[in-house]
Amino acid sequence: MDNSMVIKQKFFTPRTYILLILGIIGILTMIYRLAVGLGPTTNLSDTHPWGLWIAFDVMTGVALAAGGFTVTFAAYIANWKKYKPIARAATLTAFLGYLLVVIGLFMDIGKPFAFWHPFFLWNPHSVMFEIIICVTLYTTVLTLEFLPWLLERLNVLTGIRDFLEQKTVVFFLVILGIMLSYGHQSSLGGLFLIDPDKLHPLWYSHIMHHLFFLSAICAGISMVSIETIISANLRKVEYEFEVLQGLARGAAIALLVYFVIRFLDIGIHGKLHFIFQWSKYSILFLIEMGLCVLVSMIFLSCRTIQRSVPSLLVFHSLVIFGVILNRFDVVFLTESNMGRGFYFPSWQEIAITLGLISIGLFLYKLIVTYLPIFDVPSDQVA
Amino acid sequence: MAKAVLVDITRCIGCRSCQVACKEWHNLPATHTIMTGEYTNPQNLSAECYTLIDFLDQGKGNVPAWYFVKHQCLHCKDPACVSACPVGALQKMKDGPVVYDQWRCIGCRYCMVACPFHIPKYEWDTTNPWIQKCDFCADRIEMGLKPMCVTACPRDVMYFDDYEKVVAEAKKRINKEPGKYVNHIYGLDEAGGTSWIYISDVPFEKLGFNEKVIKKPYPSFTWKNDLSTVLWEEVGLLAILAGIAYFRNRTSSKEGKNG
Repeated sequence: MDNSMVIKQKFFTPRTYILLILGIIGILTMIYRLAVGLGPTTNLSDTHPWGLWIAFDVMTGVALAAGGFTVTFAAYIANWKKYKPIARAATLTAFLGYLLVVIGLFMDIGKPFAFWHPFFLWNPHSVMFEIIICVTLYTTVLTLEFLPWLLERLNVLTGIRDFLEQKTVVFFLVILGIMLSYGHQSSLGGLFLIDPDKLHPLWYSHIMHHLFFLSAICAGISMVSIETIISANLRKVEYEFEVLQGLARGAAIALLVYFVIRFLDIGIHGKLHFIFQWSKYSILFLIEMGLCVLVSMIFLSCRTIQRSVPSLLVFHSLVIFGVILNRFDVVFLTESNMGRGFYFPSWQEIAITLGLISIGLFLYKLIVTYLPIFDVPSDQVA
Repeated sequence: MAKAVLVDITRCIGCRSCQVACKEWHNLPATHTIMTGEYTNPQNLSAECYTLIDFLDQGKGNVPAWYFVKHQCLHCKDPACVSACPVGALQKMKDGPVVYDQWRCIGCRYCMVACPFHIPKYEWDTTNPWIQKCDFCADRIEMGLKPMCVTACPRDVMYFDDYEKVVAEAKKRINKEPGKYVNHIYGLDEAGGTSWIYISDVPFEKLGFNEKVIKKPYPSFTWKNDLSTVLWEEVGLLAILAGIAYFRNRTSSKEGKNG
């Protein structure tokens, strides 16, 4: 058994067992939800039709999985060679992330077993249609990118594996993945373009779909950085500071672009006065843009921070927190104008969300332990 | 010919015949309600309540002045929900009704988030839930009948006819008694125009109408800003990516096949 492991380390640790238990609780809750419907299992209502599953499992999940297309862009399209060693890990994270997003969406839609309808009943005027199609296609692309590593381990179907690892096929999948990501990452924000009178002016914008895409890039880079640090820890190897520094710089640039565009947009539309009203909204906005974007941007661009692992962890986490906050703000501030009503997720919603995260982490650990994700000889990285 | 309804709020006496008639025609169950101290009953539109009379006291001091506002789907001319639905389960019919097809629906509930009037409601407590909302009695209109609520009303609050005639009637009533009516037809421009329009003798925001509704068709917000250009953006992105990929990988392919 041991010699088949890529990472020579015990797989079943107490932490792994906790993930396994949470995952099983999540799966049991999912079965319960499918059996009895949304009413008994969620606190969703006519004034809060979208809850934790949409705001976190789908909206945030997709944003955090943006590292996949960002890093494959850097490693393959831009051919920055230092990112090649983390390309597989980033793709794996995206693959698992989307797998969980698809499961989360499946749990959330009222008629889960009608999930295939959008593939046959098209409405190109619907943002939701675009999202469903792009997410499905991108999940397929990620599966095809992941498949060769599984086949390599199992040593079967080498014909398919060789085909998928051809340079042209890899580039085709990477470019297709970036295009599909652009399509749905932005459209998750585009969903709310139709709510100009519901969403607060600080969040509503005619370009909010582009802002969603940009913030997803920030979140994606930060996720990959944290993952790189943790996996180096896990494998007990030295931190690759060249990569971490590049990622921190990349995140800082992405945050700067996001910050400037969002502020220009707010300024051009004359909404600056909303920022310092010291209302609930202005405080949420200041946490989001001031703390999570501006402060992280400044610190991540400092050379000393870029060389300190704990600081990197703190500021990348802050970026991720900011994106989570942004997605929650957009979903729940929209809904707060849909009538009287209060929403806090039920224990079943929380159990399924925690279960999905645990399943993701468990699978990640399983895959990096047994499949060639890290420490791949550079000549094998296509 | 697109049909429409004019609701003259000044005429309603709050008898709720429309509420009852609607339930009968659509075979909807009774809603279990509790005493809340308010007269509006039930409190909100729901999956089993397509239309509702909102009881509002606009009186000053001890002198009550009751207003009764009928709520139901406004059947926009260019509805947000129809554009939002990924599978086309909501459709605008030529006659005017916005109708729902449960066989197409996947239950994503984006129509609920998209509607500026908060009309679509959900059957939360079943395993095969439907979106529920007023269907303008599309079946009755097809048969040449008036909607059930219009038929049931004892005070002629609602005027049902072709859209142009209904708008003309609304303008006529306002012009005839300019001192009585507020000079605003709610639904004429709201959300790009709706099939149900209202006239009133008090400002609409006092009667709980959403005055923030933008006077443009809502589907244009997603279509013009995002979806109509997304294919061209994708083509541009493809060109840029292919260009960068070509230039950045030129040298490495010269070096050998491992690059």
